[in-house]
Amino acid sequence: MNFLERLFLPPQASTHAKVVDDVFIFVTWVNIIFFVIVAAAAIFFVIKYKRRGPNDRTPHVTHNLTLELVWSIIPLFIVMIIFFWGFQTYMVARIAPNDSFEVQATAKKWLWAFEYPDGTRSINELHVPFGRPVRVVLSSEDVLHAFFLKDFRVKSDVLPNRYTEVWFEATKPGEYVLQCAEYCGKDHSRMLGKVFVDNKADYDRFIAEGPADWKTMPPAELGKMTYEQAGCVSCHSLDGSKGQGPSWKGIYGSTHQFVDGTSQVVDENYIRQSIENPQGKIVKGYEGIMPTYQGLLREKQINGVIAYIKSLK
Amino acid sequence: MANATSTHTHTGTSQPQLNYLTENTSLKDWLTTIDHKRLGLMYLAAVMAFFFVGGALALLLRLELLTPKQDFMDSATYNKVFTLHGAIMVFLFIIPSVPAALGNFVLPLMLGAKDVAFPRLNLASFYVYCLGAIMALAAIIGGGVDTGWTFYTPYSTTTDGPVGLMAMAVFVLGFSSIFTGINFVATVHKLRAPGMGWFQLPLFVWGIYATALIQVLATPVLGITAVLMVMERAFHIGIFDARLGGDPVLFQHFFWFYSHPAVYIMILPGMAIISEIIPVFSKKTVFGYRAIGFSSVSIAFIGFLVWGHHMFTSGQSDLASAIFAFLTYLVAIPSGIKIWNWLATMYQGSIEMRTPMLYAMSFLLLFAIGGLTGLYLGAISVDIHLHDTYFVVAHFHYVMMGGTVIAFLGGIHYWWPKMFGKMYNEKLADIACWIIFIGFNVTFLNQFMMGSQGMPRRYWTYLDEFQRYHIGSTIGSWILGFGLVMAAGVLLSSLRKKEYDAGDNPWGSRTMEWETISPPITHNFEGQPVLRHGPYDFRVEPTPATVAGGRH
Repeated sequence: MNFLERLFLPPQASTHAKVVDDVFIFVTWVNIIFFVIVAAAAIFFVIKYKRRGPNDRTPHVTHNLTLELVWSIIPLFIVMIIFFWGFQTYMVARIAPNDSFEVQATAKKWLWAFEYPDGTRSINELHVPFGRPVRVVLSSEDVLHAFFLKDFRVKSDVLPNRYTEVWFEATKPGEYVLQCAEYCGKDHSRMLGKVFVDNKADYDRFIAEGPADWKTMPPAELGKMTYEQAGCVSCHSLDGSKGQGPSWKGIYGSTHQFVDGTSQVVDENYIRQSIENPQGKIVKGYEGIMPTYQGLLREKQINGVIAYIKSLK
Repeated sequence: MANATSTHTHTGTSQPQLNYLTENTSLKDWLTTIDHKRLGLMYLAAVMAFFFVGGALALLLRLELLTPKQDFMDSATYNKVFTLHGAIMVFLFIIPSVPAALGNFVLPLMLGAKDVAFPRLNLASFYVYCLGAIMALAAIIGGGVDTGWTFYTPYSTTTDGPVGLMAMAVFVLGFSSIFTGINFVATVHKLRAPGMGWFQLPLFVWGIYATALIQVLATPVLGITAVLMVMERAFHIGIFDARLGGDPVLFQHFFWFYSHPAVYIMILPGMAIISEIIPVFSKKTVFGYRAIGFSSVSIAFIGFLVWGHHMFTSGQSDLASAIFAFLTYLVAIPSGIKIWNWLATMYQGSIEMRTPMLYAMSFLLLFAIGGLTGLYLGAISVDIHLHDTYFVVAHFHYVMMGGTVIAFLGGIHYWWPKMFGKMYNEKLADIACWIIFIGFNVTFLNQFMMGSQGMPRRYWTYLDEFQRYHIGSTIGSWILGFGLVMAAGVLLSSLRKKEYDAGDNPWGSRTMEWETISPPITHNFEGQPVLRHGPYDFRVEPTPATVAGGRH
């Protein structure tokens, strides 16, 4: 990346990034040239034609057709170049190659859920194999969101009534940020995800076991990470304050009263049921708005969440 | 040059002549006035009050964004504050700012008219504005709204809070805007002074006229959209809600069908002011009068056909995106033409850098940046990356604030001596202008950088890598805020003067509003003024201000 690219643009991590950045840099040069002309002329005229006295006489020039045509047609020509270039590069980004690796992404307030070709699911982290174009088919369960990968220069709104899509091919394996770019309410700015572009071995391991670092992680720590990444944090507080769901502080071993009048002690089995079938028992004073996490969390994560809740005294 | 003072006298008497400020000064006289000048001042006070509120909210937002963690407001509050900042600035400040405040005051004077065509409608427009403002305030007191000023569905139809009331406030404010527009169109058509043809109109009038046409033609769509959105919330009629068979993207089409032309409602009057200031302080006739006038009208026309460029990522068809991008670049040309014309006007001029001219130069540079950065956003592939980032925020602030607001401030400094007959301290006003210029650039250049680096807008927290830009932007906002307060202080302190010391035509202008005394009498002119020379004809001496018993 050259100086201007480093100044204005994030790292180029997809094949498409360079294509977009070339247009960006071209426009930057056009802008620099025009701005320098305007600013230099304004400053020069202000100094050169400074008023000398009340008797200054100025020429009465009303117009000059040739000059006006020149300064209309030259910019018109330049903006048409930008238009065609911008459109042509846009169309490239619209049509995913036929052999693309396909992932289904679902957005909801305020998390990203991904479903892989083999049925594996993950939350807020997208693993894709390196070396293949990736097509992400997007849909929303509630309001508008936008799927924005700045390092790949791709973005698309995510709609509740229609599928939209993006595609990209990463140029190097690594970890990239996914941001929601369409305002969606309270935790819009925390609706972040990570895209892992994995080597084949890493990707296969992910499909088999979930991310590698889980193996060595203490369960409570894995639970804390799951709490933050799977979206629990949006509704369940850790400090005892009431959110859209009950706080997790000190609930292990306490007794929950339910809207149907029954009650139960919060233990391992109850926590597991609440994760897999949240509508089964709804705590008094709350609405049953939690989605099921069945199939979304691996065994290790559920155990981790239970261990984490136990640790919150 | 006429250098009349406060002691204009009727022939044969020694009583000081009453002007529109000193005649009939009871509260009731003010509240029921149909004098366009008083209504202009009342609008000026109202829009400036909202500018202050909107600006204070912006400073709070910037302060919260100093660090990525929570500093003093939680995300829900932040969302309400940025919604209010946008809604207040757009609907209560910028849209009425130049047309309703300065336009009301200046337009009839420029035409040599005694008032606007429909003075009572003008008064009604002000009260409708007040009603809309009260409804908006009620919505704020009633819990606030967190939809963003754009009210995108389905978020806006499902979120809590008095969204319906806020949308109805926008609906009502739209009528105020329509009334003003109708009034100005009729005034320009019917009340021009004898001898004043369409091509002897000051360019300010051309700009306001083009704006008024957009106000009349586009604002009803906003009203209909607001009503549909409220109906959707209240009765679930299924226009925009996907679950009921509606289409949320349809809302965006409706909304931008108004709100893109509204961008020109905001910027054309700013350009119109600059087209007055630059010839006057260059003492040279404006270059390409017809080109500037026609470019205003063509911007107004093409501006109706580009709304889809706000929606390149929305999933609209690629063909639609292509057409909208193409038309967007076409609209860039007339804007560019204006810049060349202003520069050509300065060429070989006799340039005096008084305060209004300083603002005009500030406008020229800031608007150039605002306009040129639009070239990125019209290139669809680049827009995909930049859409909904701080780059867009910076771009439209360069156009709206660096363009319209700076021009508005320039216009206030230009017409202030006419409005109040008193001159402000120009040295301090110049310093304030510089501080505003510097603060503005520090604030928003940082936002360009973070935006193209990938910082999304409407974010309460952000990735650590963006913090350095946020710190810069927040510091800039303090400089900017200080400059604006200083400019207001300099202007207002001039009102404490006992004497009318400004003179009738302090800048040596050639347009007709300077051919009456400062401040003008209630009926603007003694008798009917007649056009003696073109609006920018600096070959002739300015026509002196009329006093009683003078020329007719």
